Amino acid sequence: MESAATPHKSELRKTPLNGLHRRLGAKMVNFGGWDMPVEYPSSGGLIAEHRAVRGSVGVFDVSHMGDIRIRSSGKPGGALAAVQHISMNDASKLAIGQAHYSAMLYPEGTFVDDVIVHRLSEDGFLLVINAGTREKDINWVRENTKSFDCVVEDLSDAYTQLAIQGPRAVNLLQKLTDGELSAIKNYWFIEGTVCGLKNALIARTGYTGEDGFEIYVPSDVATSEKVWNQVMEAGREFAVVPCGLGCRNTLRLESKMALYGHEISEKINVWEAALDRYCKMGKGDFLGRAALEQARTAGLRRTLVGIEMIDRGIARDEYCCCNEAGDAIGVVTSGSPSPTLGKNIALAYVPPTYSTVGTVLYVEIRGRKCKALVVPTPFYKRPKKAAVQQVS
Amino acid sequence: MAYPKNYRYTKEHEWINVEGGLATIGITDYAQHELGDVVFVELPKPGAKIELGKSFGTVESVKAVSEIYAPAAGEVIEANGELQNTPEKINTDPHGAAWLIKVRLTNATELSGLMDASAYEAYIAASGKEASA
Repeated sequence: MESAATPHKSELRKTPLNGLHRRLGAKMVNFGGWDMPVEYPSSGGLIAEHRAVRGSVGVFDVSHMGDIRIRSSGKPGGALAAVQHISMNDASKLAIGQAHYSAMLYPEGTFVDDVIVHRLSEDGFLLVINAGTREKDINWVRENTKSFDCVVEDLSDAYTQLAIQGPRAVNLLQKLTDGELSAIKNYWFIEGTVCGLKNALIARTGYTGEDGFEIYVPSDVATSEKVWNQVMEAGREFAVVPCGLGCRNTLRLESKMALYGHEISEKINVWEAALDRYCKMGKGDFLGRAALEQARTAGLRRTLVGIEMIDRGIARDEYCCCNEAGDAIGVVTSGSPSPTLGKNIALAYVPPTYSTVGTVLYVEIRGRKCKALVVPTPFYKRPKKAAVQQVS
Repeated sequence: MAYPKNYRYTKEHEWINVEGGLATIGITDYAQHELGDVVFVELPKPGAKIELGKSFGTVESVKAVSEIYAPAAGEVIEANGELQNTPEKINTDPHGAAWLIKVRLTNATELSGLMDASAYEAYIAASGKEASA
């Protein structure tokens, strides 16, 4: 057997909770240059962590994510104009305290990165970006906002970010904050007190397809560990477990959330990735818009589909998709067993003629053609809250 | 988990146990721990030939695929069919019920190059230190 672990290099970057993860006995991997927990044997491993998030609550250290603040300088409106230029969603629609999913695009209409844009104030925005693209993103933002009246700050190292995810996340976090969490809608946030720390950002966001919160607290080791420990203590009654990047991936895949370098990249455009609803062509010009206009006229060459394996076998990232005749037609971008569904699922780019639900295609697994079916996505959608009983 | 004294071990974390003319092959507790939750196993059919140092099957966890290498050459007599439906047994009983294949060896002297339990324990202790350095 070959060892599954990636060899560690001494120059790997560490979050403030790195020592704590190691003390917990987490299995660590190199994730985009970061030494991160992939799973915690003490939590019962990846599948147990995945189930905890779907069924109750789990906690992730996501401090490796980057944070860019953009504020107006000089006259008001500079920050908004800058964000509108570099981000494809319409930030003018954001109220203060609201966030949305978006992406920064190259002039070709392909992805620099996907981002969550938070509106902190009339003239202040916080962009949360991916860990592996931090330097590229910050340089991109600085370079492309030069002509706007704004100040760009890299706050990535200022925050420890914890994702508290699952149906009981709200109950857990409510014990640690004076903020009224039930009043925070999905993709809204407040600044409140968490674990006695004032002005912490508390956002109802996540990357698991489940209800949950992401909290941003000061990044010194003592504070970070104190918050982590208080979260775990408050979650004991809900059987909370620490969760690693392994289940973060299976959770986001079931919910068809894109991962940079897989479903989105500098080679894939917005239409191909089927992220149309986050791209506001009507808002005015922005980076990538012209190319997307052209691409729309030219038509799609490939599109992202969800597939489910029929034959025995697990489709993995970069495996080839082919048709009945054995011709290569596309590629798997993410594939894994789905712990929730008990099936082997994947996302793949294929020509539009193969994208209809019910289409049979094949994934080449170690030289074998394994049958798969195009299925509706997301693979998993969280149950709606039980409807409030109507008084008749 | 203890490493049985009568087994021999490879650097790629397979074990082999010879009883009479028949050898049983599996992966070690260290290997299953490195892999995490095992969800899929692919093994050769009876009659298939395996070659020393060559891959004869795969064990997959949620996040990784691992090739299994033959500790010695031989002919497959039996594959553990139970693992098709309960691959997770590899996580709970890797040295026992979750054996992978039984093989009639071509040349038993090939085993002389393998590690015994105490050498293997020293080997994984050293690689563990390296990984956390």
